[in-house]
Amino acid sequence: MALIETERDPARVEMHSHRHPRLVHHFESMEQQREAGTLGMWWFLLTEIMFFGGMFLAYTVYRHLYFDAFAAGSNVLNIWWGTFNTMVLIGSSLTMALAVFHAQTGNPRKVVIFLLATIVLGSVFLRVKYIEYNDKFVEHVFPAGDFRWPIVNESVRPNNIGDLLLMLVGAEHLNGAGPAEAVPEKPAINNASQTAEQAADPLMAGHVRMFFWIYFAMTGFHALHMIIGIGILLVLIVQTRRGKFSKEYHSYIELFGLYWHFVDIVWIFLFALLYLIDRHP
Amino acid sequence: MSEHIVSKKTYYTVFFALMLGTALTVAAAFVNLHSFNIVVALLIAGVKATLVIFFFMHVKYSSRLTKLWVAVGFIWLFLMLAITMTDYLSRAWLTYKP
Amino acid sequence: MPSEIGAVHTNGDGGLNYLNNGHGLRSWLLTKDHKRIAILYLITVSIFFVIGGVFALLIRINLLSPSGLFEPDTYNRLFTAHGVIMVFFFLVPAVPAILGNFLLPIMIGAKDLAFPKINLLSWYCYIVGACFGLVAIIAGGVDTGWTFYTPYSTSFSNSNVLLVGIGIFIVGFSSILTGLNFIVTVHTMRAPGMTWFRLPLFIWAHYATALVIMLATPVLAITVALMAIERVAHVGIFDPSMGGDPVLFQHMFWFYSHPAVYIMVLPAMGVVSELIANMSRKNIFGYKFVAMSSLAIAVFGFLVWGHHLFVSTQSVYLGLIFSFLSYAVAIPSAIKVFNWTATLFKGSISYDTPMLYGLGFIGLFLIGGMTGLFTAALGLDVHITDTYFVIAHFHYVMVGGSLMGFLGGLHLWWGKMTGRNYPEYWARAAAVIQFVGFNLTFFPQFLLGYLGMPRRYASYPPEFQLLHVLSTAGATILGIGMLMTISYFIWSLKNGTRATPNPWGASGLEWHTSSPPPTENFLTTPIVTWEAYEFAPMETMDVLGYPGEPHTPAQPVHSEHGTED
Repeated sequence: MALIETERDPARVEMHSHRHPRLVHHFESMEQQREAGTLGMWWFLLTEIMFFGGMFLAYTVYRHLYFDAFAAGSNVLNIWWGTFNTMVLIGSSLTMALAVFHAQTGNPRKVVIFLLATIVLGSVFLRVKYIEYNDKFVEHVFPAGDFRWPIVNESVRPNNIGDLLLMLVGAEHLNGAGPAEAVPEKPAINNASQTAEQAADPLMAGHVRMFFWIYFAMTGFHALHMIIGIGILLVLIVQTRRGKFSKEYHSYIELFGLYWHFVDIVWIFLFALLYLIDRHP
Repeated sequence: MSEHIVSKKTYYTVFFALMLGTALTVAAAFVNLHSFNIVVALLIAGVKATLVIFFFMHVKYSSRLTKLWVAVGFIWLFLMLAITMTDYLSRAWLTYKP
Repeated sequence: MPSEIGAVHTNGDGGLNYLNNGHGLRSWLLTKDHKRIAILYLITVSIFFVIGGVFALLIRINLLSPSGLFEPDTYNRLFTAHGVIMVFFFLVPAVPAILGNFLLPIMIGAKDLAFPKINLLSWYCYIVGACFGLVAIIAGGVDTGWTFYTPYSTSFSNSNVLLVGIGIFIVGFSSILTGLNFIVTVHTMRAPGMTWFRLPLFIWAHYATALVIMLATPVLAITVALMAIERVAHVGIFDPSMGGDPVLFQHMFWFYSHPAVYIMVLPAMGVVSELIANMSRKNIFGYKFVAMSSLAIAVFGFLVWGHHLFVSTQSVYLGLIFSFLSYAVAIPSAIKVFNWTATLFKGSISYDTPMLYGLGFIGLFLIGGMTGLFTAALGLDVHITDTYFVIAHFHYVMVGGSLMGFLGGLHLWWGKMTGRNYPEYWARAAAVIQFVGFNLTFFPQFLLGYLGMPRRYASYPPEFQLLHVLSTAGATILGIGMLMTISYFIWSLKNGTRATPNPWGASGLEWHTSSPPPTENFLTTPIVTWEAYEFAPMETMDVLGYPGEPHTPAQPVHSEHGTED
């Protein structure tokens, strides 16, 4: 039973004499450091899966219990904004992947370009999310506020990708529509008809509200992850410009890529689950 | 295990597949498939997510360990959803008949 | 980083070690050394243990008289404070964040955990979260019980639910970060030759714990977050009057909180495996079974949460399944107990303090586990749910199990951590006193519960008084035992004898570095060529406790390289 080898493993000594300046003291090799980083990031993402999982659970349960209300609520969401945003986010995933590619091949200038592109696309996503949220406030379907159902104050909604692009650049007047916030609040709908409608299913309003808190909670936490992501992207751009990363050492960019793609995956599911309920005529 | 560099071509191919999937899932939502609408939507979303995980996140080229952990994450989510939903689905089985 | 760190095989009084390598508060509060972070955790977690203990004594004092000494509302706040502090701020971090943090890298021959900064961040998360909890309690307390059942916690309670919720959310991050570090470290930083099946069982237990932490804690985070949103905005998340389902809250809460029980007890089981093997100087019986049973407990632990919901509106059919699975989880726990017992058989047992705690653990955990089967039985549970039977059951597991394991481990590695020995005589006395006090406190509670005394009540019918008084007397004895332990530990820091590197002649890597260890744990990266728990015969030990085999260098080893930079 040998206890401690006194001689150093020659291979290790060899490695130590060529320690990469970015190799932290407690790791033996860059390989080990990279593996640790990757594994750590994946495990962090697993916790994220379970974190969003709690909301997916609430979604599944309440959708099962109140399907009609979920369908009605889902139809209030704008499918075109949702589709557009899905594509924007997939695009940002592509630019992120390309940034990682250029980091791996050691091309810092292109890394910066693609990280910037990722920021731009991420910001577009958030901008659209803001428009959508704003619409929901105008429509009084924000669950914590003055929630009204059925909708009393329908906002302007783009009905196809063309309208939507016009709205996005603030040129919606070309199509004869004004921005959502400019729509004058319609006088309260005829109270009698509203109460009659609600009396038909007095629980409906509460259950639609159930859909909307899940919508706001899930997309809100998702947007929060995007905002944090954009913050980190800014830091990464500064670090890349300062020449911190090289062909041998770029794990931060790679690991952040994992995070960004994960946020994309969450959205892929959110889009399918929140926007696409009972859309068919 | 050295680093595997995924080619730009793969990234672009995956990107177009994802775009196609998005278009497909929106189109499918407007077709009345009754209770299969959600199945189709989730299937497409699952395929898209798998593409992202395998290629954008390099899992296809990663160690078996990474693949295992990714699987564990989704299996655990599924366990939580499935067991809890078992409760909601089987509550009605026992109805008290006086 | 100094290029020379003291000689590795000295008594620890010669060279630099992690304790004297850097002085001043700053060197501690900004440290990235896992050993120092473990000490920070030890200090803060102990403070919360004392606070939680004081609340426990207040609860017992209240129950001396059938009418209760405090107002019922005050009593609600007392037991909630006790529960929240003990569960979230003591039991969950105790063994992993203190002993695990200190020993895990040493035991696998690494210089540090994989992410030292994240490790420090985890301690700060703990501090910030714990402060929120403390402020909530000082500002008037919480009256929901540590389970925060909705809709009481979201719609009716007038207490500081939100503050405690934020605290728990943040403390959750602390355990997630610790778990993350453990998993990555075990996977990527084992020393050459340290194969998976050479890992000490302590490591296996912590690895399994880390898996549970990582997969369960985020669910608690989102549950608490949704509870907070509901409390602030009243959107009906868990409110039945608005279509929400309170049982969904219970599902989500117990999806974390049942596995959390294993977060608390698994690391203690790891400690006990070390204690039993080292104190009987014998290879653990059925090493692979014990290792795998840790993983099995971690996995099964996720599938049994519904047994907390037997008397809710949960489907009876699912209840049946949960009842069966809860029985199943007893199997890996029993495997451990059998293997510990078999390890003792024909071992050279020494009854030092750690062993007393280890034996105490086995006995008390056995009672706790067996009564767990009572509560897992779907029919019987209806009778004993929310009675003192349940209270007694989980205290036998949590105090008799986790706390005994924690204290046993603390005694076993006290010399390693501080470089000083605790006074053996007093320590044995304290262990015996605690054992007696503990049983006197909680055994009567089994009887109380079975007779129908519900939990969380400030008053009770007079016929229960005798048992309650016995329980309070026991709690007092237990409290005295704890005070003794705390006192002699503090005393030993200055007055204890110097610790030798390997007082128990054990084979684990942590015994092959000085007490206390140098900053990077070893001067040279150890290369492991032996199996776990491979004990040399006592006669071959040299004065320092090292097996003096011919091919092992008897002279202290001085490295010329020091640490590499």
